[in-house]
Amino acid sequence: MERKIRAQALLLLMAFVLILSGCNFSSSDSGNSEGSKADGGEGEASQVLNISATADIPTLDSTKAHDGVAFTVLNNVNEGLYRQDENHQPIEALVTEHTENEDQTVHTFTLRESKWSNGDPVTAQDFEYAWKRVMKDASPYNFMFVTASIKNAEAIMNGEADADELGVKAIDEQTLEVTLESANPLLQSLLTFPTFLPQNQKFVEEQGDQYALEAENILFNGPFTLTDWTHEQGWNYEKNEDYWDAEAVKLDKINAFVVKDPTTGVNLYETNKVDRIELSSESVDQYKEDPNFDTILEPSMIFLRFNHTHPVLGNKNIRQAINMAIDKESLTDVILKDGSTALNGVVPKGFFQSPEGEDYRDLNGDFNTGSAEDAQKLWETGLKEAGVSDLTVSINISDSDDHKKVAEYLQAQLEDNLPGFKLEIKAVPFAQRLEIEKAIEYDLSLSSWGPDYSDPMTYLDMWVEGGSANRMDYHNPKLDELVNQARVETDLSKRFEMLLNIEKILLEEDAAIVPLYQDGTSILMREKIKGLIVHPTGASHTYKWASIEE
Amino acid sequence: MKGYLVKRIGYMLITLFIIVTATFFLMQLLPGTPFTNPEKLGAEQLAVLNAKYGLDQPVAIQYFHYLGNLVQGDLGYSFQHEGRTVTSMISTRIGPSAFIGLQALVIGAILGLILGIISALKHNSIFDYGSVALAVIGMSIPSFVFAALLQYYIGVKLEWLPVALWEGYSSTLLPSIALSVTVTATVARFIRSEMLEVLGQDYVITARAKGMRENQVIVKHVIRNALIPVVTMLGPLAVSIMTGTLVIEKIFSVPGLGEQFTLSILVLDYSVIMGITIFYSALFIFVVFVVDIIYGFLDPRINYKGEAT
Repeated sequence: MERKIRAQALLLLMAFVLILSGCNFSSSDSGNSEGSKADGGEGEASQVLNISATADIPTLDSTKAHDGVAFTVLNNVNEGLYRQDENHQPIEALVTEHTENEDQTVHTFTLRESKWSNGDPVTAQDFEYAWKRVMKDASPYNFMFVTASIKNAEAIMNGEADADELGVKAIDEQTLEVTLESANPLLQSLLTFPTFLPQNQKFVEEQGDQYALEAENILFNGPFTLTDWTHEQGWNYEKNEDYWDAEAVKLDKINAFVVKDPTTGVNLYETNKVDRIELSSESVDQYKEDPNFDTILEPSMIFLRFNHTHPVLGNKNIRQAINMAIDKESLTDVILKDGSTALNGVVPKGFFQSPEGEDYRDLNGDFNTGSAEDAQKLWETGLKEAGVSDLTVSINISDSDDHKKVAEYLQAQLEDNLPGFKLEIKAVPFAQRLEIEKAIEYDLSLSSWGPDYSDPMTYLDMWVEGGSANRMDYHNPKLDELVNQARVETDLSKRFEMLLNIEKILLEEDAAIVPLYQDGTSILMREKIKGLIVHPTGASHTYKWASIEE
Repeated sequence: MKGYLVKRIGYMLITLFIIVTATFFLMQLLPGTPFTNPEKLGAEQLAVLNAKYGLDQPVAIQYFHYLGNLVQGDLGYSFQHEGRTVTSMISTRIGPSAFIGLQALVIGAILGLILGIISALKHNSIFDYGSVALAVIGMSIPSFVFAALLQYYIGVKLEWLPVALWEGYSSTLLPSIALSVTVTATVARFIRSEMLEVLGQDYVITARAKGMRENQVIVKHVIRNALIPVVTMLGPLAVSIMTGTLVIEKIFSVPGLGEQFTLSILVLDYSVIMGITIFYSALFIFVVFVVDIIYGFLDPRINYKGEAT
């Protein structure tokens, strides 16, 4: 018996060795992980915040950053000329004084004295260097410089000028001069964007191709410093005692964990590992009544593009009928259930106020709403005008679950409410959907648009003729002209009026697109967390004023 | 043996070359660009970026350029993670995947062997039916279901093990257990059916007839012979399980390689797609090779001199 056991144990060992020899490739770090991570999570009314992030940071180089995760980190470890306040309006960060010439094309910023984490002073040259670097490397967000009307930005992007000719110049250590192509009322608001952050030239060049790859290879000058960044796992912030406004910062430590699965997020929240998570629609019903549950409106909007050269879809009555035939409330409340809300305009609700403080959406109201009967009347008129008796078109969508859900709902609604309408769903990978859209080789396309900066214009100037985001051969010279006027109008009230009128042309006059809904996010956040600000554009979070109150 | 080895290695390199070539050209057929933020990218910007990364050149030239770099061991830079080399991405992420996979494999192989052997020896008994039922359940329920259940009951309810994240040894246990279920079931089924077959062979009867003790018959003749097909299956299974699985890694927030591969295809990160494909294929080809060598030791009928015995 004893021998039998020994023989079997030997056999198991042999099997184990066999397996081992079958995969002798990995001498790896044995996956031990940096077990230390965060001492936080447990007890003590300490100023420690534990959060989850949906992905790793792709890059920490502010000139190359291109996604929400990186923007959020940069926004909290660096400081630019301006930063967004709790109402997402620009407030002075490193700027102490801002002057402009008469036609508002030359702006002079005086900087306060502040330090990088290596002790070097933050100077005007740091801004000049970083900004030119964005243009030189054709970085993903270089178009922000065009949006901000910075001199020569467009020419540089088109290869007609050198990156050195960008309209930014350090007069001395504390004075930065920015020259614009034309007056731009949005300048300060745009300067809060992380692409406009400064970089210390000496440090960047010293690091070479290692720059910003790890927490040690980047400098900080913001409210927090990054003490640790373990790829694909998480990163830790610590309060920056050298920050110019360190008194305002209450949190001592923030631990961010990469959690890609929403259900895992819920389980980590339940076990007190993290204090704030985003919920997927499956978990919403379960937590709806929880006092820590909240829904946040997002600024991205989902809409239908029409191919305006299509013989029937080119007809306004048809487009309007399609818009009215869709019950958008049921779509968001019954089908999606993820905090999104129906949208009857191109500019989403809750983010953009007139100089008088009124919401854009409230001022312009709803467009093209009506009953199914109204839709049918328009439909019949439209069909007659187009000289056809029925219509079969296809809709171009991404093959994501959300897109499929929405498309199937649209199919049911439109085929039920509009006699003779047939909708074919063509689901393709995201990248291909985009290619098809850009080539305008579709009938209808399910699209989404997120803002680049905090102003309604980011949803409105995309419809000008030949604009790279138009993608549907839509063209109305009145709209183009109004966009051009609004771009240079410096009277903010007049400008806002123009912005309202642009949407009227697009939707009231032309019914050019069908807005469907505005995104929303459902979250769970412990009540003890105060002052964590969520922004609609640029960096999504600001922790500078956040605190734990128990 | 030497001649055999040289020939085998030659074939392995040719296989790898064909895989590299096919992947490279197939990848070019995918629509879209590898650059971030394609929604906002205009035609002019796209042209600038393509020129910067050499994507404006004819595919054939790009291909030879890539091969040239590959021969020197350079897999290039990721498009999505600016400045990071593909080599560093693979080397940092394979560790966790391999560790969890290996652990799952050990657990699964041991449990599977025990289950399989018992049910074969106690053929048609309650033990047999029980372990067959277990194996069927293990095979048919996807591992992410086990993962979700383990996470909820052991992590959240009982709080015995960490729910997720990658924080020390204890956090490797749940993902390994979840992954091991399929291995257990596969190994158990294989061992059982192989042993049943071997038990009916003439040489087993001979061994018994010459008065060999039953224990020795089982260990020396039955199990050893039953292991041969298991080794065939275990090699490739080891590769697939140790290079990471998308779902398990996502559920337990494991910083492994499985997720990276899927993601890189979705965002068209050309260099990462190529890098991981080459890595997987090379590993796979190598393991198949090792399995063939092991045969020689397990089965005296196989030899590599190239002549029949």
